[in-house]
Amino acid sequence: MLQSFPNRSLPNAPGVGYKPQHFAEIMEQAEPVQWLEIHAENYMGAGGRPLAQLRHLAEKFAISVHGVGLSIGGEAPLDPEHLSRLKHLVSWLNPASFSEHLAWSTHDGQFYNDLLPLPYTDETLTRVCTHIDQLQEVIDRPMLLENPSSYLAFAESTWSEPDFLAEISRRTDCGLLLDVNNVFVSATNLAFSPQGYIDAFALDRVGEIHLGGHDEDTDDQGRPLLIDSHGREVVDPVWALLDYTLERAGPKPVLIEWDNDVPDWSTLAAEAERAAFALANLPAQAPLAAAQQVPA
Amino acid sequence: MSKTSKSLAVASAVAAALTAAATMPAAAGTKEKCYGVSLAGQNDCAAGPGTTCAGTSTVDYQGNAWTLVDAGTCADIELPDLADGSKRTGSLDAQERDLPA
Amino acid sequence: MSKQLKSHTPLVDQAQFITALMSAETPVPEGLVDQDCLAAGRRFSVYRNNVAVSLTEAMHSAFPVVAKLLGNKNMDGLSGLFLRAHPPSSPLMMFYGAEFPAFLEGMPQLDHLGYLGDIARLELALRHAYHAADASAIDPLKLAELSEEALLQTGLTLSPALHLLRSPWPIQSIWRFNTIEGADKPQAGAEAVLITRPEFDPIPQVVSSAEATWIEALMQGASIGQALDQARSTDTKFDLSSPLTLLLQGGAITGLVNKG
Repeated sequence: MLQSFPNRSLPNAPGVGYKPQHFAEIMEQAEPVQWLEIHAENYMGAGGRPLAQLRHLAEKFAISVHGVGLSIGGEAPLDPEHLSRLKHLVSWLNPASFSEHLAWSTHDGQFYNDLLPLPYTDETLTRVCTHIDQLQEVIDRPMLLENPSSYLAFAESTWSEPDFLAEISRRTDCGLLLDVNNVFVSATNLAFSPQGYIDAFALDRVGEIHLGGHDEDTDDQGRPLLIDSHGREVVDPVWALLDYTLERAGPKPVLIEWDNDVPDWSTLAAEAERAAFALANLPAQAPLAAAQQVPA
Repeated sequence: MSKTSKSLAVASAVAAALTAAATMPAAAGTKEKCYGVSLAGQNDCAAGPGTTCAGTSTVDYQGNAWTLVDAGTCADIELPDLADGSKRTGSLDAQERDLPA
Repeated sequence: MSKQLKSHTPLVDQAQFITALMSAETPVPEGLVDQDCLAAGRRFSVYRNNVAVSLTEAMHSAFPVVAKLLGNKNMDGLSGLFLRAHPPSSPLMMFYGAEFPAFLEGMPQLDHLGYLGDIARLELALRHAYHAADASAIDPLKLAELSEEALLQTGLTLSPALHLLRSPWPIQSIWRFNTIEGADKPQAGAEAVLITRPEFDPIPQVVSSAEATWIEALMQGASIGQALDQARSTDTKFDLSSPLTLLLQGGAITGLVNKG
């Protein structure tokens, strides 16, 4: 993989999570979608169709690489093999953005294929920062760190999530990926104000916004328990929370994630159209967040 | 076979293969546009759809506690057993015979 | 910014978390709580569900023919056992399930379906072929340019996507029966299967035992002539035109090496 791609940045416009079944439509006419996000681990094979498709997409679109397997919040050191796979992919693709999750998924050499939660303490803060420093050095660029969906909390946590993320960003110079659906899911599940969370969030560090659909379940007490399933349309209260966020943060790249029961292209494009509408209808005045630059 | 006749056989076989390969391509052009999703394998960052049920059964996940409950297409396949040569169907009603005592 | 903890606050390390995650009989660790600081209970089940469902789906996607042979319910049950016995050892889900063939063969409940393990091996090989490195095939005319003597002394460099499997069972016929509508019922008998990937989609095709021997010898670095001798020792009537045609059609020959 000697080829590399020109420098691009994510536009303040709608993007979608790329699914191979949409390849032909995207190559022909992607409007209103202007950029694509891929999951890094799906492009770590040696060759074949996935990488051939990605080569074509990257010639046409800004690509965001979203890692789902590094286990940045893990107690163990980062897997050197996985770091080198990420380095290989990022140096070939030269993506507009690289992001990962405030979560862990590997323990004792085994990968559990889920984004597992961590307590927010001084100790975990130091560990996450060490891992992010290491990753940013390996891929030679800043990353964006994403807020998780929470189903429970740790009694031992001493930091609020927005403060924890802001402090990580301050210490490591990483940017943040704000998943507005995750905020809504966590706020419902743990009974806090989603607007209050956005108010507390370091919006000046946000380089990308995620939106996705969630499912509804209940906890043992019959209270709503929302599940971040990415299997349906974004719900109205989450669109409203996007408006609230954009009014404060200013325009950002906005991604629609749809991973389960993936719909046809027109359904996905309609979601992107709605994100385009939200971006186009921002109030004219400067956003409340200061104009500090997010790392490119 | 003498060395000469062997090489002649090879040369004519290679010629035949070249002709065959040139006249019948193995598969129609598939290119990148076909999805091949089934073989891709996928990582994503979504939660399992919708419920908290799976993975929460308190049934012990022990191999010896698992039983075949329904039949797929193996019931339609009849193949003689290799070891004793006796005719056995792939039907699942053979299972009890195969469970350890 | 950071608040003080009470001294008796229970801490949850990741080993405890994983133990409870993978065994529903293990209590949810103290220290995982809801918004009222009460035990998390069913909330923890979301994570148990995610791991079980996502890995079960990965197994269905990796082994669609095994799933079709057994039926979806059986595949779900087997996946539940397998994912606990063999959680992924790498974050690349595309290669999950390497231990599944041996796992199937170790289940006494499946003894009467002796072919299942080899079907799973075929499915794994197809997936590896799908993700194998790209390699450009040679222009077949390069073979035509060689003298007869030179042909015998020539070895072939083969594509990384090429796989060859041998089974005492008719695995390609079983695979076809479950993937191609109207395909014939499998007949008893051993089959060797050659997998090539002419462009992006792997193609499994049956080859005879002698043809498999010839290809295996080439894969191990033998010249065309040496491979021919090996194949003829198992079948005096062996003719290399048919397996060579498959290799050429499959874009599997990526270089010629003079072994003289």
